[in-house]
Amino acid sequence: MKNYDIVIIGGGPAGLAAAVSARENGIDRIIILERDKELGGILNQCIHNGFGLHTFKEELTGPEYAARFIEQVVAHDIEYNLNTMVMDISREKIVTAMNREEGLFKIQAKAVILAMGCRERPRGALNIPGYRPAGIFSAGTAQRLVNMEGYLPGREVVILGSGDIGLIMARRMTLEGAKVKVVAELMPYSGGLKRNIVQCLDDYGIPLKLSHTVVDIKGKERVEGVTLAKVDDKGKPIPGTEKYYSCDTLLLSVGLIPENELSGGMGVELNPVTSGPRVNESLETNIEGVFACGNVLHVHDLVDFVSEEAMTAGKNAASYVQGRCEQGMILSREEICIKAESGVRYTVPETICPAYMDDKLKVRFRVGGVYKNCCVCVYFDDENVSSRKKAVVAPGEMEEIILTKAQILEHPDMKTITLKIEEA
Amino acid sequence: MYDYDVAIIGGGVSGCAVARELSRYKVNVCVFEKEEDVCCGTSKANSGIVHAGYDAAEGSMKAKMNLRGNELMETLAEDLDIPFRRNGSLVLCLNEEDMPRLEELYNRGIANRVKGLQILDREEVLKKEPNVSEEVCAALYAPTGGIVCPFELNMALAENANVNGVEFRFQTEVQDIRKLEEGYELITNHGIFTARYVVNAAGVYADRFHNMVSERKIHITARRGDYCLLDKSAGNHVNSTIFTLPGKFGKGVLVAPTAHGNLILGPTAIDIEDKEGTNTTREGIDQVLGKVGMSVKNLPMRQVITSFAGLRAHEDQDEFIIEEVEDARGFIDCAGIESPGLTSCPAVGEWIADLLKERMGLEEKVDFVAERKGILKPEDLPEEERAALIRENPAYGNIICRCEMITEGEIVDAIRRPLGARSLDGVKRRTRAGMGRCQAGFCLPRTMEILAREWNIDISEVTKCGGNSRIVTGVNKDTL
Amino acid sequence: MEEKNLICINCPLGCALTVMMQGDEIISVEGNTCKRGDAYARKELTNPTRIVTSTVRVRGSRESMVSVKTKEDIPKEKVLDCVRALKDVIADAPIRIGDIIVENVAGTSVDIVATKCVKKSDDYIQSP
Repeated sequence: MKNYDIVIIGGGPAGLAAAVSARENGIDRIIILERDKELGGILNQCIHNGFGLHTFKEELTGPEYAARFIEQVVAHDIEYNLNTMVMDISREKIVTAMNREEGLFKIQAKAVILAMGCRERPRGALNIPGYRPAGIFSAGTAQRLVNMEGYLPGREVVILGSGDIGLIMARRMTLEGAKVKVVAELMPYSGGLKRNIVQCLDDYGIPLKLSHTVVDIKGKERVEGVTLAKVDDKGKPIPGTEKYYSCDTLLLSVGLIPENELSGGMGVELNPVTSGPRVNESLETNIEGVFACGNVLHVHDLVDFVSEEAMTAGKNAASYVQGRCEQGMILSREEICIKAESGVRYTVPETICPAYMDDKLKVRFRVGGVYKNCCVCVYFDDENVSSRKKAVVAPGEMEEIILTKAQILEHPDMKTITLKIEEA
Repeated sequence: MYDYDVAIIGGGVSGCAVARELSRYKVNVCVFEKEEDVCCGTSKANSGIVHAGYDAAEGSMKAKMNLRGNELMETLAEDLDIPFRRNGSLVLCLNEEDMPRLEELYNRGIANRVKGLQILDREEVLKKEPNVSEEVCAALYAPTGGIVCPFELNMALAENANVNGVEFRFQTEVQDIRKLEEGYELITNHGIFTARYVVNAAGVYADRFHNMVSERKIHITARRGDYCLLDKSAGNHVNSTIFTLPGKFGKGVLVAPTAHGNLILGPTAIDIEDKEGTNTTREGIDQVLGKVGMSVKNLPMRQVITSFAGLRAHEDQDEFIIEEVEDARGFIDCAGIESPGLTSCPAVGEWIADLLKERMGLEEKVDFVAERKGILKPEDLPEEERAALIRENPAYGNIICRCEMITEGEIVDAIRRPLGARSLDGVKRRTRAGMGRCQAGFCLPRTMEILAREWNIDISEVTKCGGNSRIVTGVNKDTL
Repeated sequence: MEEKNLICINCPLGCALTVMMQGDEIISVEGNTCKRGDAYARKELTNPTRIVTSTVRVRGSRESMVSVKTKEDIPKEKVLDCVRALKDVIADAPIRIGDIIVENVAGTSVDIVATKCVKKSDDYIQSP
C-alpha cells in the first residue's frame, strides 16, 4: 500500500487549489486523484469568460483559470493520477482507487480532502411528464458535447432553468448555429447573474419565461416539442396556460447536487440543506482529518470562492498533518454552533472551535428568497453583534460574513452564533 | 419450402422465451422485432416482480402460467446468469373491514397451490417491514414472491436462443400476414417471409395480428402504468414487495426493491387508445406519489431519479390467450400477456414449445446449450481477481458510468456479445451504464464514443434507441 | 427624443435604467442606484462591446476542439460575423494558451486566441 500525507479526491478547481495550498504550507507527499482525462474538472468545458475577477483581478475563461492552477501544481511537482476512479474511502483513510494502468490500488492517507464537485439534477428528479426520447440533456452534458467534442446536440432548443449554466448554454447554442426558442424558469426570479440574462438572452432576443415549467415532452424517438405552462406560487402548473413549442432539444439546468456518495460511504455526516458534509471552522468533517471544499461541500456560483475555500482546506489539512496527526497536538474542542435562521438557509461552517480558528473566519451562506433593503444580522447567543445593510440578497448569490477570533474570544461562554436576515 | 419453420412476432420476454425453448429442438426459427433491440415494449417497463400466484382466478391460464413460471424462474435465472431473488411479497390490509377480502385472497392462493402463504398480524408485518404504514392491520405474506431484472431476463433469453441457432431480424416490422394453404406469409418492411407456423407474441399489437388471420376477433387495450424509480440509497427502504389490498381508495400501487437495489413505485392503470403511448403524465406520476404513502411511510421522495411508463396488453376477457387459433391452423397466439406476464414467461415458452413439438414432431438437439454467461461484472469479483482481470484487460479498470460503476470492459462486452447493444439504451439495459442517479449526464459522451468505435460509425450516428433517435444533430457551426 | 430601457448588469440589484437619447447623444440616465449604472448605460447605448468565446476544430491531437476567445472585446454587432469566421478554421496541435488562431477576426482588428493548451497526439504521457 502506498502512503501519502494528503490525498485529494478530485482535480477540479477545488482539488487543485487545495493541493497548492497544502504544498505551500509544507506538505511533501500529496496526491490528487482525478477521474477525467485531464486536470481542471468542469472548468475545461466552461469556455465562457468571467472567471478569476477576484483571484487574478482579470477576466479569464474556464480553461484559462484552470491552467493557472494546473501550472502551480506542476511547478510544485505535486503528483496526480488521471483517469483514476476512487472506489471507496474507509474511515481509517484508506483510499481504494482504480485505473487502467495500476488496476485496483490502495493508498493510506493521513488526511483526505474531498473535492469531488457536484453533478446535475436529472429530469427524473423533477418528475417532468411526457415521453423519454433522445434530445433531452442536462445543460452540462450539452456543454461538454459542444465545447469539448464539437457536436451540436440539437437545432431548435428549449431550456428549462435560468441558472447561470442554462443562460450560458442559451448563448453557446445560439453562437454554434442553433435556435434557442425560450428559457423557462420555475421560480419568479432567475437564479443567474443579471449580466448573463442581458448578455446571453437579451443580446439574442431569447425570451425568459419566469414562473413557467415544462408540463409535457412530445416525440417518441427524438424530441419534437415541449409544452410550457405558467405555475402558481406553489410551483403547480396552472391549467389553461399551456403553450407548445416545437423543438428537437430540451436542455435542463435545474440544479446541482454535491457528489457525496464516497463521503457518505465513509461515514461523513451530511447537511440535508446543502447535501454536502457538515464541517467545522477548519472545513473538517465529523471524521478527523477529512476535509471538504468546493462544490462537494456546497454549490458555489463563483469559482474564485471555490479556490479560496479550497486554499483554506488545504492549509488546514496541512496543519492537521503537521500538528494533531504527527505531534499529537490536541487543543480544546469546545464548539460553538452557527445557526441559520429567518431567511438564511445554511452556513458553512456549522461549528467553530475557537482554539483552532484563524484570526479571521469567513462564514459563507445562502438565503432562501429575494430580500431587498435588508440587514444580515449576527447574534452571539442573544446579543446582536453586527447588522450589515444590503440593497439586495438573493438565493443565486452566495453571501459571506467575517468573524474574528478576537471578537469570539471576548464571548467566552458563548454557545451559539445565529445568522438572520432582518428588515433594515 | 418455407423461409422458417416458426416465425415469432415480437422480441419481448414472451417471444424470446418461446424462441429459447424452441431452440432446444431441430427447428428453424426466426424472431421478427420492429425495434432495433429485444426488450423494447412492455418487457422493458414493468415492475420486475415475480408474482407468487394468488391473484389470478383458480383454473385460469393466468394462474397456471404464473405458478409454473414462478417455479421455473429459479433454475432459469441460474442457467442464464441473471439476478433473481425471492424477497417475498406482502399484500397489506389497511382496514379491518377489508379482512374478509384478504382471506379471500389467501384462499385463492391456496386453491392456486401457492406455497407457504400466511396471514401475518399487524405486529408481525411491522416487525418484518418497519417502514410499512402504521395503519396496517394484517397482510398476506407470500415467501415465493420475487424480483428479477426484466431487461436481463429478456436479453438473456434472446442471447441464449441466438447462440442455439434462432435468427433475429431487427427493425423488421410485420405489416401484414397472409394465410397460405399451409403456413403463412409475413409481409414486412424488409420483404416477404414465409413460415410454417407463426407465434404471435406482439404484446399490445397481438390483437392486430390475430385479427389478420382469424374471424374470431380479439381486442387488446393498452393499459398504461406510470412508475417512479428511486436511487439505490433508498433501495433498502423495504425488503419485500409491498402490495396493498384494493380498498375504498381504489387499487394501490406497489413499493418494491428492484433486482439491482433501487426502489420502484407504481404502477398506475390508465387505459389508453395509443398503443405507443408510453408517455408519463403529471396525473399519473401524482397518482403514484400520492398513493405510495398509504402503504409505506417515510419514503425519501427526493431520491426519485426517473419516472417512466409502460403499456400492459390487457385483453377484454382478462385472460392470457395462449393457444392455436381455432380458424387459423399453425397460428399460435401468445396474447393478452399482461401481469403476471414476466413471471409467466418461462412457462409460456415451455407451453408453446411443447405444443409445437407435438404438432411438428420436433426432435431435440444434442448440442443445445442451456447455460448463458452474463456480462462479467468486475464489481462482484474479489479484489485479487478483479486486479488480475484489469491486468489482462485494462478496459475493466476504466470506469465509464460513475453512478453504477460500470467499466469500459463491461460496455464492450455488451456490444460484442451475441445480439449486442447498438444504441445507448441497448448498453444501458445490458450493463446499467446511464441508469444511475445522474441518468447518463456524465457517461453519455463516453458511451457514445465507445459505441462509435466498436460499430465503426461516426459519433453523430449513435442513437438512443435506433431509428430517428440520434443523440447529436450535427457539428458546431454547421448551419452558420 | 427617444426613450431606451435596459437592465444594469453590475450587481444582483439589476436596476431598470431609463435612458433618454437625442439621436446618438445621451441626454439623461435614470433608475440607477449607483454611478456604475450610469457608466454602463452610456457605454451600452453608444458603443456596446462583447468578448466572444467559441471553439475551433483541432488537427493532430486526441482533442477534437480548442476553446478560443477574442483577445479584446469587439463591437456587439460583430459577434455573429466573428463566430461565422471561425466556422472552417482548423488549428494544428500543439497549441498553447494565447496562441493566435485567427488574426483580425471579421475585420475587427482583434485576434482570436486559444484559451486552452492542446497537446499533439503523440505528446500524451501518463501522469508521474
